Amino acid sequence: MPLARKPAKGHTTEEFENAVKTARPVERYVLRLYVAGINPRSSAAIRSVTAICEEHLKDRYELEIVDIYQQPTLAKGEQIIAAPTLIKKLPLPLRRLIGDMASKDRILVGLDLQPKT
Amino acid sequence: MVKTRKATSSVPRLEKCPTGIAGLDEITEGGLPRGRPTLVCGAAGCGKTLLAMEFIVRGIVERGEPGVFLSFEETAEELAKNVASLGFDVDDLVRRKKMAMDYVRIERSEIQETGEYDLEGLFVRLAAAVDSVGAKRVALDSVEALFAGLPSEAILRAELRRLFRWLKDRGLTAVITGEKGDNALTRHGLEEYVSDCILFLDHRVINQVATRRLRVIKYRGSKHGTNEYPTLIDEHGLSVLPISSLGLSFPVSQKRVSTGVPRLDTMLGGHGYYLGASVLISGMAGTGKTSLAAAFADDTCRGGRRCLYFSFEESPEQIVRNMRSIGFDLENWRKKGLLRFCSVRPTLYGLEMHLAAIHKLVRDFEPRAVVMDPITNMMSIGQIDEVKAMLTRVIDFLKGQGITSLFTSLTGGGSSLEQSEVGISSLMDTWLLVRMMESAGERNRLLYVMKSRGMAHSNQMREFVLADDGISLIDVYVGPGDVLTGSARLMQEAKDQAEALAAGRSEQARQRELEREAASLEAQASSIAARLAAIEAERRLAREAGRERQEQAEKEKRGLAAARKADRARSQA
Repeated sequence: MPLARKPAKGHTTEEFENAVKTARPVERYVLRLYVAGINPRSSAAIRSVTAICEEHLKDRYELEIVDIYQQPTLAKGEQIIAAPTLIKKLPLPLRRLIGDMASKDRILVGLDLQPKT
Repeated sequence: MVKTRKATSSVPRLEKCPTGIAGLDEITEGGLPRGRPTLVCGAAGCGKTLLAMEFIVRGIVERGEPGVFLSFEETAEELAKNVASLGFDVDDLVRRKKMAMDYVRIERSEIQETGEYDLEGLFVRLAAAVDSVGAKRVALDSVEALFAGLPSEAILRAELRRLFRWLKDRGLTAVITGEKGDNALTRHGLEEYVSDCILFLDHRVINQVATRRLRVIKYRGSKHGTNEYPTLIDEHGLSVLPISSLGLSFPVSQKRVSTGVPRLDTMLGGHGYYLGASVLISGMAGTGKTSLAAAFADDTCRGGRRCLYFSFEESPEQIVRNMRSIGFDLENWRKKGLLRFCSVRPTLYGLEMHLAAIHKLVRDFEPRAVVMDPITNMMSIGQIDEVKAMLTRVIDFLKGQGITSLFTSLTGGGSSLEQSEVGISSLMDTWLLVRMMESAGERNRLLYVMKSRGMAHSNQMREFVLADDGISLIDVYVGPGDVLTGSARLMQEAKDQAEALAAGRSEQARQRELEREAASLEAQASSIAARLAAIEAERRLAREAGRERQEQAEKEKRGLAAARKADRARSQA
């Protein structure tokens, strides 16, 4: 439960409960996956990320796949160092997931989709 | 032997990429290896980033080679601001598309590793930056930040190896900085991957004086200076010193310069010091070292040449006042711009800063003569070896420029006179020694030439007298087993004079006595002669009287005979 979403004081308990109930399901995910060309690692990452999104974030995610070879300026602007890199732009906080996305658990943790325990 | 030499000379030599950093290109004999990465390592604050930045900026400004600066620690704005104080306008270079900067930000907390990865993102950015300006030089400062920011060291190491390979393949001359590690050159062992050239920067504090040093640890395929070289960061950026002490190849001059003391010139083969020589004047306190130095400075200026005077003990005003008392008007030369003083306490900054200040002043003022008074004061800020090394470099530098240098050295009480305190006498071409001589209740100055290379110098001691009208050298009194100076010399001279006078007098008396004796003898001789003459005359008279008497007697006899008519005519017959 992200603490940042906790409503400020003065709101009613009812509102708070509603917020808690409704907050997560409506949250939209904005994700960017940066890959370096098409290689096995890129393919694996794309497959893995799409699968997770379809499974956990159906209809409430936006995934853009960028080839940094095609758009090197984006790599600079987005501070991309490693490839592949998945950036969770929204919801905050911003997170970067690097690697071929082989570890599903880590992706879920990184995307705040699963409690860490 | 000949064959081998031929073979090696035909092999193309390693191409160098000049850094433009003062001194570094001399040490590395031309610069960093072109098309290869160079590792610059050192502890925090020793100037790694600055070296990398200067390499890029000077490459653009001085060699027209565009460059890329990839920073992992500071943003482009911060970097530009930091180096603006050194006169580098990075923003302008970026605007003119000569330089590309990229700040690689790595936030460990944002990053989650999910499997195998590579650093292709970094490669792409670097390639884009290189292509955008057509870079020939690259600086990575400092790549080790990757280790802190990214998980999986094994992947990083492999990727770094690939990065350096990539730089090499693209023919980029790269400078990679790395933080000094505990037991290795860098914390993460970058030296394993960058094996062509390694520079080590050091910032040490000894006796509360900080000194930066640079050392070329390794330079594959090239000769290089192997020592630790003092390094400076001043308003012109980084400079490695010295630039001239790598060889002993100075131009030598046959020309002479006057010492400012005519009789001293005479003692030094008749013409004074050699132009461009190094001169040491050593002696105890108050022996007149500064006065001799001032005489030299005065004479240099009188000839219309510039003289730079470093004084480590006295202020310029004090020197001017003191030297006026012996007839040197240094203020006049100062006003004419021929004489410049630089008076600082040695403790103001470290030896290297002094060296740099000397270099800078000499380059700015272009003097024909430099005076350093006294060099022994440098001892207060460094070990004897360091001071000696520093002075060696000063001497080399000045000799290389053909500047005559004069150093004074204070010999402390109790130490041998014929030993310079800093042990630099062997570096000197001419060594004058001034000493005090105590005798007859006074102290007098003596000067002699300890050595003077390449000239027939006098072996005589001279009394060295400071008077209102300057310095004069007077012959000392050398008697049997004794050297007299000062009033003792004057007294001895007076005594000698008196003795000579007395001796002269007795000689005259003897002369007169002999004359008198001769005269008296002559008088005696003449009186004897007179008596002889008198006797002779008497004898003649007596003889005549005798004859007359005989004749008379004869006459009387004949008269008697005639009267007696006895013997007639007997006596007539």
